[in-house]
Amino acid sequence: MDYFVELLFSGLTRGSIYALIALGYTMVYGIIGLINFAHGEIYMIGAFTALIVSTVLSIYNMPLPAIIVLTVAASAIWAGAYGYTIEKLAYKPLRRAPRLSPLISAIGMSIFLQNYVLLAQTPDFLPFPALIPDFPFMEPIAGIVGSSDLVILATTTVIMVLLSLFIKFTRTGKAMRATSQDRTMAMLVGINVNRVISATFITGSALAAIGGLLIASHVGQINFFIGFIAGIKAFTAAVLGGIGSIPGAVLGSLILGLTESFATGYVSSDYEDVFAFSLLVLILIFRPSGLLGKAAAEKV
Amino acid sequence: MQMSFNALEEQRVKMNRCSPVLAGIFILGFFFAAPAMGADTIKIGVAGAHSGDLASYGLPTVKAVELVVNDLNASGGINGKKIELLVEDDVCKPEVATNTATKLVSQGAHIVIGHICSGATKAALPIYRDAGIIVMSPSATNPALTQSGEYPNFYRTIAADDAQAKTEVDFAINIIGAKKIAVIHDKGDYGKGLAEFAKTFIEQSGKAEVILYEGVTPGALDYSAVVQKIKRSDADAVIFGGYHPEASKIVTQMRKKRMDTVFISDDGVKDETFIKVAGKYAEGVYATGPADVTSNPITQAARKAHKKTYESDPGAFFDNAYAAALAVTNALARAGSTESAAIAEVLRQEDVATPFGLIHFDEQGDATGVGFSIYQVQNGTYVQVK
Repeated sequence: MDYFVELLFSGLTRGSIYALIALGYTMVYGIIGLINFAHGEIYMIGAFTALIVSTVLSIYNMPLPAIIVLTVAASAIWAGAYGYTIEKLAYKPLRRAPRLSPLISAIGMSIFLQNYVLLAQTPDFLPFPALIPDFPFMEPIAGIVGSSDLVILATTTVIMVLLSLFIKFTRTGKAMRATSQDRTMAMLVGINVNRVISATFITGSALAAIGGLLIASHVGQINFFIGFIAGIKAFTAAVLGGIGSIPGAVLGSLILGLTESFATGYVSSDYEDVFAFSLLVLILIFRPSGLLGKAAAEKV
Repeated sequence: MQMSFNALEEQRVKMNRCSPVLAGIFILGFFFAAPAMGADTIKIGVAGAHSGDLASYGLPTVKAVELVVNDLNASGGINGKKIELLVEDDVCKPEVATNTATKLVSQGAHIVIGHICSGATKAALPIYRDAGIIVMSPSATNPALTQSGEYPNFYRTIAADDAQAKTEVDFAINIIGAKKIAVIHDKGDYGKGLAEFAKTFIEQSGKAEVILYEGVTPGALDYSAVVQKIKRSDADAVIFGGYHPEASKIVTQMRKKRMDTVFISDDGVKDETFIKVAGKYAEGVYATGPADVTSNPITQAARKAHKKTYESDPGAFFDNAYAAALAVTNALARAGSTESAAIAEVLRQEDVATPFGLIHFDEQGDATGVGFSIYQVQNGTYVQVK
């Protein structure tokens, strides 16, 4: 039973991180119908920013809570700025181009950002400080659920709730939903579509950055390449749940995380990816638009 | 008369026919003259890649043997006999190596240092075996060369490809006393290859069992599911085949789960980056790595001599070749003859001082002490523990 619970938490932790990244994919797709392949790199840049900021702050001997708050804020803002800039540079000029052009532009951006960090920072693996401390009250069950698992789950849940509220009730959120339903109509009723698109990129990027710093703190290391695999997996999760659908992205991510975890736990980690992608193929055969695709997408 | 004339004629014809053969014998005689001149020398063959792509692997061996032999000859040779080197090129090709071997055998080599590449060595070995000649390679690492038992005439002064796994398993079973071992790898050629050897050795030992054998995906977000599996298996020790990024993630998550399972890994992990990244969780981790020979006085002297004679730093396998040359010449001297059986006796029984310290050869022909050492992370640095 313990073992099952351990695997469950390990899967949920992974799923949460996938969800934080997958949201960016799915929101951008919902609004402009683009797969933003540079999104995995935003996640990586968020983690690097967090590393730099937290290292600098710890030199000044700040208390840990202050470091955490400032680090999270700094990396979310910085990653948001990257998301905003990427959209303006790489996608906006191609908004009326054939669909393939922005896709290629996204892949180019991804390669550029990876190599930029490789050159500007380092090709080596870097240790990442444990921003999430080991809570004393978790000690009795530390062998089953770690403090960082708990923090990752809690943070993701809070973020999901906030995001739903944001999309449901705020003006920007309503504008996002309107734009994703019909961009031309949204423009006709006076919504500044460019601003909405920027807001979507910024939000998605900030979420990815938080995912990046959470997982980096959990495993204690980063390098320039971490965005690639995480990005692919999160993209898979978004497709699984139905790309364009926000609840779909979360559901897809959790299913993917749990599948990987249970496949490793009860079968073999050799087949972790085999199970994950077999599941994707199966779901797409029976529901070509993903679990919550299409119907839900219109409600975004 | 008539008959006798005919007979004479016939004889003349025969003689004419014979003459090229005779001439050939004379010519051959000249070739044999050089070796024949030194009938009381000891002939050491040196075979390996001395030209072509892989020459840089073979030439340092020639230089190492030359250094040792020149020293010995300068001080009177072995038991009063001078040593003569027969250097032959096999360009690391099995099909050429058989010719090289045949040539060395026909030239009367008493013992051969070489060949360099495993493939060439394997091709040449049956020829030496049939001729009863001992062969010692400084660089052929294919495990089967010694372990198959097919070549009792073969010795080597380099650790076999599986030696690292052997060191890890011996350490886990005999020093740590592990009974249940989890073998984890990264699915790569290096990591999985090592893990497979480790698994085989554990199974062969009969003293411990492989309780878990798993491959992890490099670059995955985390390895907590695998770590839980290790925890559930209740393993005493983990042997990991792979590189430091995966190792540090696994160790970190194991320690965070309050597991104190012994973690043993390979020279892909014996890297400062591992300690830097895993930080405090790296403490106590074991990793194998080549023994450090730079402080050995013989190594230092050999490198100095190389620098003086060839005005350059030694190349690949120089230490191994130097050790082979010392072992071979020592065995020839102690055996007091060039008989294979007597030489083999000395190689197996007596320790000889080499760049790797005192070595001798086990029953299969692998040198003891040339392989890998165990290091442990202690206070943020790797310390040799065995």
